[in-house]
Amino acid sequence: MSVSEDSGFDPPTPACVVDARRLLCPMPIIKVDAAIRNLEPDQVVEVRATDPGLEHDLPAWCRVNGHRFLGVRRAGREVVGWVARGE
Amino acid sequence: MNMPSTTDRPTPVRALGLLSGGLDSTLAARLLMDQGIEVECVNFHTGFCIQSHTGAMRNPKPGAPPPRHDALHAAGNLGIRLHLVDIAEDYVRIVTDPKHGYGKNLNPCLDCKIFMVQKAFEMMQTMGFHFLFTGEVLGQRPMSQRRDTFPVIDRESGAGGWLLRPLTALRMPLTEPEKRGWVDRDRLMGFSGRNRKPQMALAAQMGIQDYPSPAGGCCFLTDENYARKLRDLWEYRGSRAYAMEDILLLKAGRHLRPAPHFKLVIGRDESENHFLSGFVEGRALVRARDLPGPVTLVEGTPSADDLVLACRLAARFGKGRELSEVAMVVDSGGGRKETHLVVPMPTHEIQEEWYV
Ligand code: SF4
Repeated sequence: MSVSEDSGFDPPTPACVVDARRLLCPMPIIKVDAAIRNLEPDQVVEVRATDPGLEHDLPAWCRVNGHRFLGVRRAGREVVGWVARGE
Repeated sequence: MNMPSTTDRPTPVRALGLLSGGLDSTLAARLLMDQGIEVECVNFHTGFCIQSHTGAMRNPKPGAPPPRHDALHAAGNLGIRLHLVDIAEDYVRIVTDPKHGYGKNLNPCLDCKIFMVQKAFEMMQTMGFHFLFTGEVLGQRPMSQRRDTFPVIDRESGAGGWLLRPLTALRMPLTEPEKRGWVDRDRLMGFSGRNRKPQMALAAQMGIQDYPSPAGGCCFLTDENYARKLRDLWEYRGSRAYAMEDILLLKAGRHLRPAPHFKLVIGRDESENHFLSGFVEGRALVRARDLPGPVTLVEGTPSADDLVLACRLAARFGKGRELSEVAMVVDSGGGRKETHLVVPMPTHEIQEEWYV
């Protein structure tokens, strides 16, 4: 799910936040991967990035690694995404 | 080494592949999956990967597909797990001091392949895979995919007979998984050379349609312009060391070196300006105060006069280039900002050799 700033999408409360701004693909994903390993199933990681590739890579990464993609939102020049850890 | 000791076929047989997301590695994975082998893949991040970075830094071209990570999408299409592994830190020594030398530019392909296979081989052992595979094809790449370099990769990586190349296997000696009957050699291929038609035919046969064009190349190290900028960085630093920031910045902007001790990186569009703005720490950032124009980073040890020259050059690339005077702000970080009123540098004063 990709949502714009004013869509009313209610971001989940994250258990941890990953700052991946100014990193290029796939580093934001690699950072999310490292963060999610420390979480329990269903806990949420929020990632903030400036690489717009995150919008497509985050759902793809969730799909191949069994995590739940909750959404991304554009916030100005940043992209913010949420993922819940799979089993 | 924790290798399976019997020839009994494990259930399932598990293989770990190196997946670039290009057609060859995708086909190699599919050939094994179609034999009932459980496949997972790894994709290594070296810091020099070309894919989508330019897209991430420049304004998107109208109609261009959105930037994406090829290996992730290939893994999604294949329905397999992909391990993304950051090897950038260890990779520095491969780039700065490759035992087997460079290819046409600064691409240390043979050392790079050995290093990646070695890393993957470690993963294979710790993660309980039975063998490794790559999408390499004999004779396809001049430096690393040759009859005499495959054994070097096998030997120096330590992967020996545990590395299978499904697309070219029929032209290679038997590997352990074939000898043990875990892989049916009759269902592997004997592709060779640079002709990609057989791979495309196989893709069509397998219903694989969504794959990137092979023209993209693996990494920036094969790119002539990029290699020139990296050489310039090494030469003027007096050392081959580099940090992640350095190699990222070489991917963005116009680079001009008016003197050995400082260099300018000038943004070419709004996205690049934004990207460069994030790198002000340890550098000076120059921008016109009242007019649209590029963000310029000044790197090195510029004197006060050099910064004025940087302002004049930066002004040349902005909207005020025809004005008699432009106010330029130099932000040296930590809240230190100075405004200079400068005359934009006329084109004839910009020396050709300043362009890196
Ligand atoms: S092109 Fe780059 S990534 Fe590919 S083998 Fe050569 S050095 Fe390694």
